[in-house]
Amino acid sequence: MKITVTVNGTDYARVVEPRLLLIHFLRDELRLTGSHWGCDTSNCGACVVWLDETPVKSCTVLAVMVDGRRVTTVEGLPRGGVLDPVQEAFAACHGLQCGFCTPGMIMTARWLLDQNPDPSPGEVREAISGQVCRCTGYENIVRSVLWAAKHHDRAGGDGA
Amino acid sequence: MQVPAQVEYEKATSVEHALALLSRYAPGARILAGGHSLIPMMKLRLAQPEVLIDINAITALRYIEPAGGELRIGALARHADLLADSVTGAHFAILHDAERVIADPVVRHWGTIGGSLCQADPSEDLSAAFAALKGSMIIHGPDGSREVSARAFHTGPYQTVVGPDEMLTEIRLPIRLDGGSAYMKVARRIGDWPIGAAGAAVWLTDDGDRIADVGIGLTAVGATHFVAAEAEEFLRGRPASEETFARAGEIAAEHCRPGSDQRGPADYKQHLVRELTARVLRLAVSRARGQAS
Repeated sequence: MKITVTVNGTDYARVVEPRLLLIHFLRDELRLTGSHWGCDTSNCGACVVWLDETPVKSCTVLAVMVDGRRVTTVEGLPRGGVLDPVQEAFAACHGLQCGFCTPGMIMTARWLLDQNPDPSPGEVREAISGQVCRCTGYENIVRSVLWAAKHHDRAGGDGA
Repeated sequence: MQVPAQVEYEKATSVEHALALLSRYAPGARILAGGHSLIPMMKLRLAQPEVLIDINAITALRYIEPAGGELRIGALARHADLLADSVTGAHFAILHDAERVIADPVVRHWGTIGGSLCQADPSEDLSAAFAALKGSMIIHGPDGSREVSARAFHTGPYQTVVGPDEMLTEIRLPIRLDGGSAYMKVARRIGDWPIGAAGAAVWLTDDGDRIADVGIGLTAVGATHFVAAEAEEFLRGRPASEETFARAGEIAAEHCRPGSDQRGPADYKQHLVRELTARVLRLAVSRARGQAS
């Protein structure tokens, strides 16, 4: 069936099978490969994107379900070529090693800081508790999110 | 790579529209709400509907509001909505206890209350919580609506009284004063299904010393209708004391029938029932007396 989806501010019209998952629509149809396809069972969180304003696990959403809605992926975070403070933070604090979980972590972290600009370490851990990292032991991810909260005015974007 | 099998898709724009689609396609149709149980089941071919009827556009079904002495929860309310709702927190602490340990924050954004109940997984937390609170479900079908007790909603694992041409639209919980409630779960890790869990809703006598009425729900331990009926029977009219809580826990453990699986052996799950039942009773009573939040 034909769907129209606004992804990172751009309208896309595509004909898709109803069974196509959102993560595959983004990666294979739109070639937006920033969102990663991980466990396929809504456990790992590598595929987290925003549906309208909230993070969802895109391996467990059908592309047809987002017809007429807005999706934001990690590619949509920079503003005018300037990284979002959360993206900058993951670089500054060594918040990634292999990087597989990073897009999902960043999308959830950006959402957390939009809701709660000054979270405690516990609140950061709670927010990312549905996301798995096999490299960092989470310490540097938590550190990155807290760094981004402190440096929210660093980037030129309006995301902070 | 896990992908669902071929399926047709319809988007319902109202309850009436959804019911008309169900009538047209039943029994091969399934309601699609958050999809966080159904889509994984479809990937594994444990569910293979011919038609999905997406109800996410029926925004009129997404609400949580007090009315007529009850809290009314629309079937499309998200788990995150329930956790964020202050009226729910004030009257039904058990629901906030349970929601904090259901899946994870991202899943809770999209998973729905109605979907969780209709999935009827024996390990799903809200079924026990609603049973403890003695709530009811409103089911719409071609001949109008009917109200079913939360304790009669489930007919077995993954089975409910909702017919192939019907849909759950609302959950109702009586708002009663002098009550307190609590839910506790033991899981292998954050976000996992429970090894075992218990919830209690307690209403005290006017002097605050005795248990006037009580509901106890048990999750994932083979309790009939998610309820510890024998323990409830024992508790009514008894003093709200440590001895009573402990005995109720023993009775609940004796009467549930957990199975041994990868989450633990049956005797350990019965131990959890014994201990968690006593703990949730203690906390529910303390909340009823205004001594704990």
